[in-house]
Amino acid sequence: MELITLRSITKTYQMGDIAVPVLKGISLAIRQGELVALTGSSGSGKSTLMNILGCLDRPSAGEYWLEGQEVSQLSADERALLRNRKLGFVFQSFNLLARTSALENVAMPLSYGAEHLSEREARERAAEMLTRVGLADRLDHHPSQLSGGQQQRVAIARALINRPPVLFADEPTGNLDSKTSEEVLQMFERLNTEDRITIIMVTHDPKVAGHANRLIRMEDGVIQGDAPPAAEPNQKTPESAP
Amino acid sequence: MMMYTTARTAFRTLRRNPMRAMLTTLGIVIGVGAVIAMMEIGAGASGALKKTIASMGANVLVIRPGTASSGGVSFGAGTTTTLTPEDCQAILRECPAVRNAAPMVRARTQVVYGNRNWVPNAIYGTTPAYLDVQDWSILAEGEPFNDRDVLNGNRVCILGQSLVRELFDGESAVGKEIRIKNIAFRVVGVLSPKGANMMGFDQDDVILAPWTTIKYRVTGASASTANQSASVASDSVNTLSNLYPTAQRSLYPERSAVQLANNPMPVRFANIDQIMLAANSSAEIPLAIEQISEVLRERHRIRADEPDDFNIRDMAELTRTLSTTTKLMTNLLLAVAMISLVVGGVGIMNIMLVSVTERTREIGLRMAVGARGRDILRQFLVEAVVLCLTGGAMGIVLGHGGSLLVRFLFKWPVETSPAAIATAVLVSAGVGIIFGFYPAWKASRLDPIEALRYE
Ligand SMILES: Nc1ncnc2c1ncn2[C@@H]1O[C@H](COP(=O)(O)OP(=O)(O)O)[C@@H](O)[C@H]1O
Ligand SMILES: [Mg+2]
Repeated sequence: MELITLRSITKTYQMGDIAVPVLKGISLAIRQGELVALTGSSGSGKSTLMNILGCLDRPSAGEYWLEGQEVSQLSADERALLRNRKLGFVFQSFNLLARTSALENVAMPLSYGAEHLSEREARERAAEMLTRVGLADRLDHHPSQLSGGQQQRVAIARALINRPPVLFADEPTGNLDSKTSEEVLQMFERLNTEDRITIIMVTHDPKVAGHANRLIRMEDGVIQGDAPPAAEPNQKTPESAP
Repeated sequence: MMMYTTARTAFRTLRRNPMRAMLTTLGIVIGVGAVIAMMEIGAGASGALKKTIASMGANVLVIRPGTASSGGVSFGAGTTTTLTPEDCQAILRECPAVRNAAPMVRARTQVVYGNRNWVPNAIYGTTPAYLDVQDWSILAEGEPFNDRDVLNGNRVCILGQSLVRELFDGESAVGKEIRIKNIAFRVVGVLSPKGANMMGFDQDDVILAPWTTIKYRVTGASASTANQSASVASDSVNTLSNLYPTAQRSLYPERSAVQLANNPMPVRFANIDQIMLAANSSAEIPLAIEQISEVLRERHRIRADEPDDFNIRDMAELTRTLSTTTKLMTNLLLAVAMISLVVGGVGIMNIMLVSVTERTREIGLRMAVGARGRDILRQFLVEAVVLCLTGGAMGIVLGHGGSLLVRFLFKWPVETSPAAIATAVLVSAGVGIIFGFYPAWKASRLDPIEALRYE
């Protein structure tokens, strides 16, 4: 079954009198359990697409089906609830709260959820998530006391705290060196294979794209190519997902 | 639960920048502190005022003789000698709005007991009615003198607490003899303590004695004046004037009523200094004044176009003026305190706006992970309220401490008022909500994508 289906999504920004089309009709289907890499030159509209996929923004036209629900016309509050429950987001620039412990950073989305966990349950859940990203010994560290890779892993734990079926990452390794990038990508692969979380990430780096089992290339607001990465044949085909 | 989490988050956020939080809330601290101090001091002042009014005797009126003048030189209030004890009797008889009335003569002279001496603030010659007029009927010790003592001019007196302290060193004074102007007075009672009145006048530093005794024995009026006064009023119902030994053997032939009417005595020698009287209630004070004026004008034979030869002072008016003045002062100071609160609120708004701008990315992030506009609104609103309440709490401590200090240093009466504290808490929360709303609303209206992109 399709987790995500896009039909003729367009996005046009209005700059004064001039309409700037950024997405010019994107149609796309993503299945449960895929690990998708989105590439393309700068300014091709990847981030714009990711924001629409992540329900941070609404398309100008087109349909967006998420788990069988048309979400492109939802109100701001409904989208907020959806983001909280079903979508995880990882940013290029980590976006952790300064002077706040890793544990509290991870637990933060819980305070906006529909399920009201007690303080203790929330901390337990956050600690569990941090353990999963390998930071069990860094619970009380503040972002400034963590390396870039560790900060991004805290951000991943935060994105996963509500156990969403899908995780979006816009250039998650853009601020990291190659070694820590590798760490983070391995983390994504593990989450994808072990926990069956669907992951969609934007990247420029062909090496990074190599970790994916599906590669979507965008150019100037349209999809140019959509195939498994050519470099290494992929064992985990989308069909293998349940 | 949710509110608690939000409040805790707000506390933590504020703790990240304690210096700024402190400075921001300083306006509230000062404003609330001022409100608390003003309310406590104001309550103390009006409490003291109420006590003073009560101790001065409720609904009390004072009649004093008018102003004498000679060749354009006025001698001031009370310089004519037109009031008589008979006036007092007549008022009691003919004015239904008057509850009780007491004639008064004043003396100020040395009082001696054993080897101690003292000059009391006032020695009042009066009747037992004085105690009723002043609401002072319950004595600390002994019995008041009675009407018989007044009629006979007995040498008895009641002492105020200060005199007991000065002359008797606290031991019982009842039954002892003191000397006023070398005349021995037996102490029959001791007044209950009343304390100082608002002007600082020690109301316990007083001696009460029958007015006849003070008038004729202490202030040294001669027997002949008594004699004349007796003859003047010999046809009146007044019993007082009949009781002097001189009254029985009048030196002058009895004057008929027609003679009296044709040729009124210009000066009455049995004049008294003032009449103190109590109206039935404060509402009846104007009525009482009207009735008294009528009676006195008739008795003093004042023609319609002539001014009164007496004046009636209304204590209620004095106390009303005083209490309006205190209230006005308190309100003025409260207004200043309120302005300070508004200034504090503007400070809060300013810093909250700065905070919203600074934390734009944080707001974007919170929205990205599922915070709705109203969650953001609540967070910033709670933050502003927490800031203000913290300031308010400090202000309460400051204001209360300030008013205690005022009591300690200046001995001003101060009353702790829970109402003031409750008001302060409500007001500071209100300031937080009012001045925190705009920044919080602004934060809640941010677009998550733009907020996340904000540098
Ligand atoms: N809010 C906006 N207003 C106007 N133009 C925008 C806005 N956001 C993005 N764009 C434009 O859309 C195009 C695609 O941007 P983006 O999706 O960020 O590209 P990228 O693929 O590099 O992530 C760019 O040309 C950018 O200028
Ligand atoms: Mg981009």
